[in-house]
Amino acid sequence: QEKETITPERAEEAKLKAKYPNLGQKPGGSDFLMKRLQKGQKYFDSGDYNMAKAKMKNKQLPSAGPDKNLVTGDHIPTPQDLPQRKSSLVTSKLAG
Amino acid sequence: AADIISTVEFNHSGELLATGDKGGRVVIFQQEQENKTQSHSRGEYNVYSTFQSHEPEFDYLKSLEIEEKINKIRWLPQKNAAQFLLSTNDKTIKLWKISERDKRPEGYNLKEEDGRYRDPTTVTTLRVPVFRPMDLMVEASPRRIFANAHTYHINSISINSDYETYLSADDLRINLWHLEITDRSFNIVDIKPANMEELTEVITAAEFHPNSCNTFVYSSSKGTIRLCDMRASALCDRHSKLFEEPEDPSNRSFFSEIISSISDVKFSHSGRYMMTRDYLSVKIWDLNMENRPVETYQVHEYLRSKLCSLYENDCIFDKFECCWNGSDSIVMTGSYNNFFRMFDRNTKRDITLEASRENNKPRTVLKPRKVCASGKRKKDEISVDSLDFNKKILHTAWHPKENIIAVATTNNLYIFQDKMN
Repeated sequence: QEKETITPERAEEAKLKAKYPNLGQKPGGSDFLMKRLQKGQKYFDSGDYNMAKAKMKNKQLPSAGPDKNLVTGDHIPTPQDLPQRKSSLVTSKLAG
Repeated sequence: AADIISTVEFNHSGELLATGDKGGRVVIFQQEQENKTQSHSRGEYNVYSTFQSHEPEFDYLKSLEIEEKINKIRWLPQKNAAQFLLSTNDKTIKLWKISERDKRPEGYNLKEEDGRYRDPTTVTTLRVPVFRPMDLMVEASPRRIFANAHTYHINSISINSDYETYLSADDLRINLWHLEITDRSFNIVDIKPANMEELTEVITAAEFHPNSCNTFVYSSSKGTIRLCDMRASALCDRHSKLFEEPEDPSNRSFFSEIISSISDVKFSHSGRYMMTRDYLSVKIWDLNMENRPVETYQVHEYLRSKLCSLYENDCIFDKFECCWNGSDSIVMTGSYNNFFRMFDRNTKRDITLEASRENNKPRTVLKPRKVCASGKRKKDEISVDSLDFNKKILHTAWHPKENIIAVATTNNLYIFQDKMN
């Protein structure tokens, strides 16, 4: 007779154990629940949090980019020192 | 992503339907007055009020973000012209007053109509200001803020039948509040172990009994429901009743406990039964019988042979809600692929329907769906492997009196009604 019929659940369990042999014995145990209690994104501090929020809000604005060519305060800039003018967001109908 | 619906709730008359979303907003829909000449259809639901209920916050002590997502909304019964509801995120519960303004005072003596003050020396006659009609304005204002009472994440709020108190439940504790008092709450359940290493189960949902103001239940991640009587003691750590279905030890697997975790518990309107939702089924319990449910309905049993991948993609932790119809004869819950299921307790018939714009034309009767678990797929059936697990229906609500249901897919709200003759 079928002494060896494995329930679908047990078959799935075998699949999981095969993929992750180090999986803990007690899934409902302490580690798993602790992770549940701790849900939420962790930040380094409130400054980190506020920066992240600000970055999200400013996603639409063009990013400033690294100011490699910042020369103010050092000497009087020449046209070659100044960064390229960024192209307008709205191109003039007269252009092209 | 901010408009992912996170809760849906009809008010006591069914005239209003509130939804909360991940962005902390509440949108309230109002049913149109029935058109007497058009008796073949009930009023439609249109947007009545929208407001920002909660904002994201930062927990300085733990360096964690507190999400603004609205976890639950519960309506208070209407006492006067205004409507009141409780909305909660993970940490803070708020009482909102929603009121209508359809007239405004005009004809002040010292103020112009635009609000600027008149030079009093130019006032030569006096008049009596009068109220004149204006376009309807619906205003929402926060009346109470119940904060700082929960260390863990709030999963449930439930208003007591005394209409004066309510409970809020997080993973480990349940608090009792008075609606008028915000600086104090009573802790009535505390399952936090002295040593957190010994933590084995958490509270997943809680609800007050609809008629007995001293009785409430809470469900756990281990598939148990405890009924507590607040008359027995101040701290209800000892339950009055424990509802648990015995497990067949030979069937136990790695997944057993996870899929037995109860994601929702709801009393029937009669108060005689309660319904629980676990990952694969809906169970109806008679409050007089603790050792097993009186009815069990399989929501999507075909997923039992997919548990491995459902664990890997975290879907096995999805929290489905469930609801009763007004007469407690039908129960409803959601599933994947934008499917939702209804079970008729009397006829024992069940149906699977789909909430999707592509597959259903408005005002046409929904076509029943069928999932093919294995073997040869018939025409019109959907095979388990083609189900979309990102399209989950976690939140559904049933009008308290009519056969009108609200079903929330990820970003859309569907309102269905039964065919009227």
